Amino acid sequence: MAKEILRVEKLNKFYAKQQILYDVDFSIAQGEVLALLGPSGSGKSTLIRCLNGLEEFSTGDLFFDGQKMVPTEKNWQQIRQKIGMVFQSYDLFSNLTVLENIVLGPIKVQKKSRSQAVQIATRLLKRVGLADYLQTYPRQLSGGQKQRIAIVRALALHPEVMLFDEVTASLDPEMVRGVLEIIKELSEKDNMTMIIVTHEMNFAEQIADRVLFLEDGHILENTPSKQFFVNSQTERAREFLESMKF
Amino acid sequence: MDTNIIQAAIPKFIEGFKVTIWLSLIGIIGALIVGLICSLLQYFKVPIVSKIISAYIELSRNTPLLIQLFFLYYAFPVIGLKLSATFCGFIGLTFLGGSYMSEAFSGGFNGVSNTQIDAGKAIGMSRRQLARYVVFPQGLSLSMPALSANIIFLIKETSIFSVIAIPELTNTALDLIGIYYRSNEYLLMLVIAYAIILIPLSIVLTILERRVRYGSFGN
Repeated sequence: MAKEILRVEKLNKFYAKQQILYDVDFSIAQGEVLALLGPSGSGKSTLIRCLNGLEEFSTGDLFFDGQKMVPTEKNWQQIRQKIGMVFQSYDLFSNLTVLENIVLGPIKVQKKSRSQAVQIATRLLKRVGLADYLQTYPRQLSGGQKQRIAIVRALALHPEVMLFDEVTASLDPEMVRGVLEIIKELSEKDNMTMIIVTHEMNFAEQIADRVLFLEDGHILENTPSKQFFVNSQTERAREFLESMKF
Repeated sequence: MDTNIIQAAIPKFIEGFKVTIWLSLIGIIGALIVGLICSLLQYFKVPIVSKIISAYIELSRNTPLLIQLFFLYYAFPVIGLKLSATFCGFIGLTFLGGSYMSEAFSGGFNGVSNTQIDAGKAIGMSRRQLARYVVFPQGLSLSMPALSANIIFLIKETSIFSVIAIPELTNTALDLIGIYYRSNEYLLMLVIAYAIILIPLSIVLTILERRVRYGSFGN
């Protein structure tokens, strides 16, 4: 069994008086790929955003590398360098070129030298097939290109875990494949630990080691992916999978 | 309409023109500086200070410039603070413009989308780094339209300085009308003089707005 890298214990989240997440418990081992599935509004995005502090959780604990996370702003800034995140809306910084988007974190946050950061950026861009776009502004790129660069921006900090929050949801169908291939390669070649919120069931089935199935803020299933897609434990999960098929 | 009268008044109008331009310039620079400082302090929610700034903005935006000027010019001497008319004009324009500019800057900073801020946080940037590399550059370009509208507005407001006898354009025209009883000629000159300042300026500002917009818009 690989080393546990992230663990969530009894996490509860309220918005005003409404409870969004109920006693969420799970852990993820190094190199593992966890798919976070569930209907819209089930709390998937809120949960994944709690893991790097973009959402505050109300009660519960988060352990990273065995260490309990004390949720101060400084600590989150540290942790976020180790837990990269990619969003649905890409959100490259629109005022900066592709290169500046990528080197901003390494230079300003991790205090690397510019030449070192540029080297990292160039290598990663080559890997996603966008080495020619260093000086391009985000508005000149397609959605698929932006999303690949957003992945590179997160990877440039050398994270140990990557969070993907519906990263293909706003892409044209033909762009989806390129992005998913990169994520898959990250898992296969780099053995990256990943938590993926997605509506692409085929992709989840291919890539995930385990599935967390959420509904209304409760984890209904925490099942190895092979079993989940063939023979889910709960009726609700079977219904959900059925509804995703055409 | 008598062209001789117009010709004879040109030198006087040029003097007034200079005063209007000069006062506008220093007033706008003052307003931009005050506005930027206020908006930054509010952006970082500096305790107490941001409350004071809110009060200043409300006071300044909800009282007429005319009354602010009267206050500076006639009420301050009562407490032993005699200010020259020109200085009152400068302070008045800065006081009024500062709040408008501050709101324009704040509007820009607050207009930067939350997802851009999330993206910045997600790579470990501190609030200050985020402000410097993401929020301010994008916010400044977002605030450009409001800033240029304020610049035009403030230049037009300088006409009120005539009431405290600053020899700017409007005061010059009113003076001449008072002396020679020829309102047609002088009022026409007055309109033209303002148009000479404002029309080219608004064209330049529009071009500038487009440039800045293009520079950082469209995610």
